[in-house]
Amino acid sequence: MSHMIPSHHTVDENAYLPMEAEIVERVQESDTIFTMQLRLTDPKQHEAYTYQPGQFNMLYLYGVGEVAISIVSDPEHEELLTHTINRVGRVTRGISQLEAGQKIGIRGPYGRGWPLREAEGQDVIIVSGGLGCAPTISVINHIIRRRERFGHLTIVQKVKHVDEFIWPERFERWKTIPDTTVLVASTKGSVNWHWDVSPRIQVLDKVKVWSERTIVMICGPEGMMQSATKHLTELGVPESSVYFSMERNMQCAVGHCGHCQFGDLFICKDGPVFSYPEIKHLLGTEGF
Amino acid sequence: MRFLAREDFPQLLTALQQAGYTCIAPQIRDHNLVYDELTEVAQLPINYQDQQAPGYYRLSENGQQRYFAWANSSEAVKPMTFASREILWKVKRDETGKLAFEEVLPEPKPLAVIGVKACDLAALHLQDQHFAFNTYGDRYYNLRRRPLIFIAVDCSHPAETCFCASTGDGPDARSGFDIALTELDDGFLVRTKSKIGKNIAAQLPLRDPTTIQLSQAEKQQQQAIESQQRQLPSRHLKGALFDNLDHPHWKEIGERCLACGNCTSVCPTCFCHNEVEDAQLDGSESAHYRQWDSCFTLRHSYMHSIVLRKDIHLRYRQWLTHKLGSWHDQYGRSGCVGCGRCITWCPVGIDITEEAQAICGGVQS
Repeated sequence: MSHMIPSHHTVDENAYLPMEAEIVERVQESDTIFTMQLRLTDPKQHEAYTYQPGQFNMLYLYGVGEVAISIVSDPEHEELLTHTINRVGRVTRGISQLEAGQKIGIRGPYGRGWPLREAEGQDVIIVSGGLGCAPTISVINHIIRRRERFGHLTIVQKVKHVDEFIWPERFERWKTIPDTTVLVASTKGSVNWHWDVSPRIQVLDKVKVWSERTIVMICGPEGMMQSATKHLTELGVPESSVYFSMERNMQCAVGHCGHCQFGDLFICKDGPVFSYPEIKHLLGTEGF
Repeated sequence: MRFLAREDFPQLLTALQQAGYTCIAPQIRDHNLVYDELTEVAQLPINYQDQQAPGYYRLSENGQQRYFAWANSSEAVKPMTFASREILWKVKRDETGKLAFEEVLPEPKPLAVIGVKACDLAALHLQDQHFAFNTYGDRYYNLRRRPLIFIAVDCSHPAETCFCASTGDGPDARSGFDIALTELDDGFLVRTKSKIGKNIAAQLPLRDPTTIQLSQAEKQQQQAIESQQRQLPSRHLKGALFDNLDHPHWKEIGERCLACGNCTSVCPTCFCHNEVEDAQLDGSESAHYRQWDSCFTLRHSYMHSIVLRKDIHLRYRQWLTHKLGSWHDQYGRSGCVGCGRCITWCPVGIDITEEAQAICGGVQS
């Protein structure tokens, strides 16, 4: 658990209390997916708010409740805080109906993000499935903005249906960056789909691993993360260089409410990013 | 070690009250013992003892004039520090849509908790580790916790469901108290731990105990240990539990368990809670609460339209593997203090010691 120390809150800070944030911009990415850019209304709070790629916030919808959402934006290069959200539950459905200018609550950032310091000097493979790409966008942006510090960058995005594929222009742009491979595949194709059509995660067959100095960051459904790990470790990536972003029911985000426990780990504060050896003993076990 | 005569016990209440504490102690209500304000000794459950068995709790007279000749009740210390439902904050929305968040903190008064047993003090220490000494300190828990002092009583009459000797948490109070008493027929042996405890004790008419009283206390403690028939197979069952995740006995328990959550409600160490919202109908204000949850509910493992533990046996397994297993990694010991409440208050009498034995049987202590 050395790769990133979570911010330590003192006894006198109230980790449960949200701050007010304004929706500055709202973009509909697909039928169910939307992006919000936020600014904390108190300028001092906005100024002081720092985070790391892979961390998450608790977003609060007035009168309804909170939901854990990963942060998409780059803390060092973007002034606004960006969240991309899939409309699936009560809170996200309500938030999806808000417009620019409206207010929500926000508290965070929480958890341990991606192992960016370890990744420096190494080849990086980023694999995401479905909306799993949202938590990885911040790390992709981080690497691209500091491109010289990293080796070969491979970006793999797998979706089931082409409708799930958002941000095509970003993937097109990443393709043009030197020393970068972009692989996108959908289980089902469609007329305008010029990326791959392949089942499961067969697209990983095209990934090249040049050396053991390769770090893998994966986000998506757990089955997909496991298959991707199996595939990539067989190609020579050490297990300890594979990182997952995990998801569980989260209500407090500070390791108190107990819902996100995965064996002895609290996904919210020990993770959500874990190295594969930290979680493999229970991964895929029914009921955990 | 000093001695306080039974007739001088009221002076302990007076000393605590004069030091600014409201005294609370278990009292009989609804055929159970519940903590309530204690202003006179007569309110104590004098002459009452509890009979406990799987799915069974009764109080009855035992012919002794003792105040604390019972093991425990459904209520531990937990609700005093981790409230079963409490407001965390309120938020007001004005006509422009602006949100104003306001923290709502508890304002507890100083309480002297009298009659707390070793199992519950051990459990309180585990709750402290979880809420107070964790990565994030819990302001609500800490505010409730700080003004409490504890007058412990060594457990002289464990119930049939008790197994604190096997978990190492009782029957004698060893830490976490301000004053600890050993109740004898004619009075109490008194020992103090904290500065507050010493100050209170200094105001009492204490004398040196006789050797007879000391040997009575020793004999009583020995009997309290020997009377406990139940035990866990070992204090460290993490390996045995996680090596047996596919044991057929889990499903067998799942067929008996009603997933009612009684065990987690009475467990003095269970910490799971939900955050819930209570919005005003006119839309002007909303309050954010937390309330006890249980890993036996379906929604505990709910995650965007998926429930991870649909089957009851998976929920029981989650509870037991956490309580006796992964708790070791989280807080350095098992999460069970041997109070036996989960056995007593289970409507179908599921017995944690028997289930652990069935799954981890043969483990060497």
